[in-house]
Amino acid sequence: MRAGRRWVLSASLSLASIWPAVQVWATTQAPVAVVSLERDPRHAPRRAERAYPGHPTSPAIEGVRLGASDSAYELGTQNLALDVKEFKLDGAQGIARLLDQMKAAKVKHVVADLPVPLLRELAAQAPKALGGALVFNASQDADTLRGADCQPHLLHTYPSRAMTGDATTQYLASRRWTKVLVLHGPLEEDAVQLEAFRRSAKRFGVQIVQERPFKISGDPREKDLGNLRLLTGDRQHEVVVVVDSDGEFARTVPYATQWPRPVAGAAGLVPLAWHPQWERYGAPQLTRRFLRQTQRAMHGHDWAAWMAGRAIAAAVLAQPKGGVAAQLQALRSGSVTLDGFKGKALSFRPWDGQLRQPVFLTHGDGVLAMAPMDGVLHPTETLDTLGVDRAESACKNRP
Amino acid sequence: MNFPKRAAPSVGRLLASVLLAGLALGVQAQPGSTVYVSSEKDKKIYMFNAKGDRLGAIDTCERPRHMVLSLDKKTMYVCCGNSNELGVIDMATQKMVRTMELGESPEIFDFNSDQSTVYVSIEDSNVMAAYDMATGKELFTVATGGEPEGIYVTKDNKYAYVTSEVANVVHLIDLKSRKVVKDIKVGKRPRRFMPAANGSELWVSDELSNSVSVIDLASHTVKHTVVFKVKGFRDADVMPVGLVSSLDGKSMWVALGRANHVAEVDVATRQVKQMVLAGQRAWGLDLSPDGKTLYVANGLSDDMTLVDVSGTKAKPVRTVSVGRVPHSVLVSR
Repeated sequence: MRAGRRWVLSASLSLASIWPAVQVWATTQAPVAVVSLERDPRHAPRRAERAYPGHPTSPAIEGVRLGASDSAYELGTQNLALDVKEFKLDGAQGIARLLDQMKAAKVKHVVADLPVPLLRELAAQAPKALGGALVFNASQDADTLRGADCQPHLLHTYPSRAMTGDATTQYLASRRWTKVLVLHGPLEEDAVQLEAFRRSAKRFGVQIVQERPFKISGDPREKDLGNLRLLTGDRQHEVVVVVDSDGEFARTVPYATQWPRPVAGAAGLVPLAWHPQWERYGAPQLTRRFLRQTQRAMHGHDWAAWMAGRAIAAAVLAQPKGGVAAQLQALRSGSVTLDGFKGKALSFRPWDGQLRQPVFLTHGDGVLAMAPMDGVLHPTETLDTLGVDRAESACKNRP
Repeated sequence: MNFPKRAAPSVGRLLASVLLAGLALGVQAQPGSTVYVSSEKDKKIYMFNAKGDRLGAIDTCERPRHMVLSLDKKTMYVCCGNSNELGVIDMATQKMVRTMELGESPEIFDFNSDQSTVYVSIEDSNVMAAYDMATGKELFTVATGGEPEGIYVTKDNKYAYVTSEVANVVHLIDLKSRKVVKDIKVGKRPRRFMPAANGSELWVSDELSNSVSVIDLASHTVKHTVVFKVKGFRDADVMPVGLVSSLDGKSMWVALGRANHVAEVDVATRQVKQMVLAGQRAWGLDLSPDGKTLYVANGLSDDMTLVDVSGTKAKPVRTVSVGRVPHSVLVSR
């Protein structure tokens, strides 16, 4: 927290110098609640240690704190400030109590770092319980949250599964690697991700020549399902895409296929929201600030949490007196844009509340490309070639 | 022609060099006018003659960016963002003769009128730092918003203007009291400055708002915003960074980043007069001493475009390869 403290210090020094007569208590504080789950299996220590690409390694609180401190100076010029508070949820039964606590703290802005069912439930109850609320999903890529289960006041700074899938297939199409072998896992989430990849493949003219299930199993009857050389034995494919929501199997695939084929998806070439080796558009400064604050590298979930903090600041700055309804309108209408250090001004899609953003195509230690790929076109907004466009959206519950 | 040493030039580069050499035969280099281009990724400043023929390169500190000439033009200063130094280049020998230590990740700098003090934006510590040029000692720092960048020191040495890319403001810093006395709200991600209208205005490029904000220096308020629309490009791709004023002060040239164009703006009417195609992510800019050629550094296509601006209708005449990630252009005059 060294850098964080210095930030506060520098901001208050400058404030004092601008308005020597203004007292500290004249600043309007906007409390921001960052909600995480007690014993969240995604953040279990041994799980986080594996650090599968695209999986969260730490809770969202640090990212939101950095977003708030990055915004402190600009907020200060308007006598505004964000007050980031951490809240813990202990399961579905605790939502009512949590909302009471947030109400007592006068919270209207919530960053939810929760498993999908809890996130959906909390978001559904928040506006009534808090007298209006803006809820940011900073960690889940589930397309249903942007589609059938969308909510007017629920915004997403983390890219959707459809967006990351489209980023991968855009890259494959741009390399003319259009014959794909898909290996998919046995979990329910794997089936959802497989469906998303099929959609992306169709969208960008990538042909799935073969789909094969895999399974890590000790059962002798299922041994073939874990045998990579058998799984990748046919040779008509040009690239292997691994759909593995868990990550353990995918890690074993690159360089282990029967034929020399590149691997993409959950391992190999992985689409990510952020990568600490991204060098352009001021990114190293952001990554360095995060490193100083937390002593660890910044990854996609941290970026989405930081972006949520920045989005709240931008909304408060745009509508300091208008309340959350006006702030929501400002964000969803696209009149407020955000600087995500990805080289473009970013805005939320009016139809499903998803933040438009480029997606990085990465391998273990670097960034290869940034989607949308060159040459991919769209009639109005190229960033909308990633994810669910207006006409395709299943979101009915719009403001 | 004297080519800089480079490891294993590609066939394309070789071909380009042969072509350049061929073109150069008919071109007489103008003495005295050299174009310097800092190249962020290969620790070099490349040198070209006025026609764009490469003359050689100067080895510098790491990640050279902004360059400024000394008053006597015998020395060039360059800010090195990765090794945190100000490189001092002797113009006679065209060698970096010494460096001065700066804060972490310095980017843009400006001097007081006799160049005894240098003011530098220090991106990673969110300060503007002042250093004594004789001793190299840090004199003081002033806290700014996140990621300070553009710096402009007024000719009377009383004030410095500093952009904060993250806070979207221009700080007015009183250099005597060493305090921010005003924050001027401008567009998103403000980057660079250029004075205009006989020093009564300060133009600042807003990279993420496809605009340039015109600050009135008497009232310290934004009195106009010039918005750029480029045919064939979305507003989000229009990302103004580099600014340079024409010799007569009537026009401002603005590099539009990902929109791959430079725009000419009439300073008096604020109307965009024309757009000229350059390379990818056009950002660093400078004009030849006669004001007839505009040099544009293209950060994504690793080249520099020469634009003939002598007539009413400007046109790109040549593009030459420049190292890796060219940042700024400085034409000695």
